[in-house]
Amino acid sequence: MKINSPTYWEAMQAKGVNRRDFLKYCAWLGALLGIEASGVGKIVHAMETKKRLPVIWLHGQECTCCSESFIRSSHPVVANVILDDISLDYTETLMAASGYQAEKSYRDTITKYKGEYILCMEGAIPTGNGGVYCCIGGRSMEQILKEAAEGAKAIIAWGNCATHGCVQAAKPNPTGATPVRKLISGKPIINVPGCPPIAEVMTGVIAHVLTFDRIPALDSMGRPKAFYSRRVHDSCYRRPNYDAGLFVETFDDENAKKGYCLYKVGCRGPVTYNSCAIMKWNNGVSYPIQSGHGCIGCSEQNFWDNGPFYKHLPSFPGFPIEKTADDICIAIGAATAAGIAAHAITTNIRKRAEIKEKVEKGRIKNIEKEEGVNNG
Amino acid sequence: MEKNTVLKRVYVWQLPVRFYHWLNALCILILAITGYIIGNPPAIQSGTEAFKGYWFGTVRFIHFVTAFVFFFNFVFRIYWGFVGNRFAKWNNFIPFKKSDWKGMLRIIMIDILQKESRPLRKIGHNSLAGFTYFILFIIFLLQSITGFGLYSAMSTSWFPKLFSWIVPFLGGDLQARQLHHVLMWFFILFAFVHVYLVFYHDYVEGRGIISSMGGGWKFIEREIK
Repeated sequence: MKINSPTYWEAMQAKGVNRRDFLKYCAWLGALLGIEASGVGKIVHAMETKKRLPVIWLHGQECTCCSESFIRSSHPVVANVILDDISLDYTETLMAASGYQAEKSYRDTITKYKGEYILCMEGAIPTGNGGVYCCIGGRSMEQILKEAAEGAKAIIAWGNCATHGCVQAAKPNPTGATPVRKLISGKPIINVPGCPPIAEVMTGVIAHVLTFDRIPALDSMGRPKAFYSRRVHDSCYRRPNYDAGLFVETFDDENAKKGYCLYKVGCRGPVTYNSCAIMKWNNGVSYPIQSGHGCIGCSEQNFWDNGPFYKHLPSFPGFPIEKTADDICIAIGAATAAGIAAHAITTNIRKRAEIKEKVEKGRIKNIEKEEGVNNG
Repeated sequence: MEKNTVLKRVYVWQLPVRFYHWLNALCILILAITGYIIGNPPAIQSGTEAFKGYWFGTVRFIHFVTAFVFFFNFVFRIYWGFVGNRFAKWNNFIPFKKSDWKGMLRIIMIDILQKESRPLRKIGHNSLAGFTYFILFIIFLLQSITGFGLYSAMSTSWFPKLFSWIVPFLGGDLQARQLHHVLMWFFILFAFVHVYLVFYHDYVEGRGIISSMGGGWKFIEREIK
């Protein structure tokens, strides 16, 4: 059964949005998606003709920081309209329904909109012990996800939990926390990593899907290129300090006050792909590095296991924490030097006769004697 | 013991091989020094504004340029492994034959454990050295892949992009950086052992192995008939 749902423009009109505000909204959306001004017409057209997008938003093993980030999107127009106009049919955190009604609305969506709805997954999925660590309505998260993914048009994996497993998947991963991409195949998956992802990135991804009716261009790790193609380091305002070799040595030194680069105190900006330095957080107020703290790489895989956060080199796998590759390799180097010394000594003992014979043979007077004999 | 022997001069290392060797050594020296500075920059601080200095950027620039030279020099050496003389041929490095493995065992007995005293009469690389260089070539390749993979994020050129797959393969830039850093230590340790062994062989065998990488000549003992 098809529900005759209104288009975005119709839904907005019903809420009393005038044409002028509608066009403003479309321009906002275009700016958010990073498309050129001439593309705004496309957005207007899409908004006038497209039906509202049904969405199921599941919460697995997570802290809800992705949802918290999402509802704090800095442009209220965009956030409200997106929240209102995607038809958010089921989400544990925000929906008014509970119990039986909640389950019913979930069932209704996956049957009525089969193949049309977007599945948003927030949080990792525990697979250990049959998935007992996260159950909703008597079923494990893995069962729910697989069922919901079956009829989804596309899946958006919110945050580091759903894309990489985040802290739950950190060693030793007691619950077998698993990201979406390792459980679901055959469906387009948009990975939006971050702990949480930036609000504008989240709205940007949703806006792209509902405007163009297809998933945004993704990189090799399934992340939207528009937001994850550059390293935090490349767009960091402290980058000139890095190039000039001006580094903070400790957090309480003069250099920290001057705002030098946090590279040496473990900033993960050079190995982290995200838009923090451009879009920033909390309505564009600041981001970690601007606040004087290095990036911890929260949008990267295994970032919890890549510690310590305040050292440039991570600890070496299999060795005690705080032991870096340099510590270990210097020890190996010392052992090598000792081995070389021992070998040199042994050579002089064991090959003594051989060397002595050669030296004797090579003495100039012996050669002259030999030549004298030979030449007669 | 061997009274009636004479040393014959053999042209072992052709000019391209020697050129490759020294360019490679220079590249590795520069890459290791600049690489270590990039990984652990010294605390050279000044009270000036950032726009007045660019020394760290320059160090990185030298590292990147040298990396390109290193890589294409390496590619050239692989090419020479197919067209060079028999001592430069690629099959010196890969132990295919049973005799290669036997040779390695003998080298270990003679030169490392020093249980036997007669040195092996091998003109080019001995089989253990050849195999070590084969492993070294693989490390060269790994180092190039991780290096260009890391570099691809800040380049728009097509060439580094060829290596960008390594980053998701290893799980992220941090893992690639870690591997790149550990492999740098392999180069350092290799260099120590390599230089020591060259001195060792010259000291014990006296066949001009040190100068062979200069002029290309080695000496072999031949009996006078």
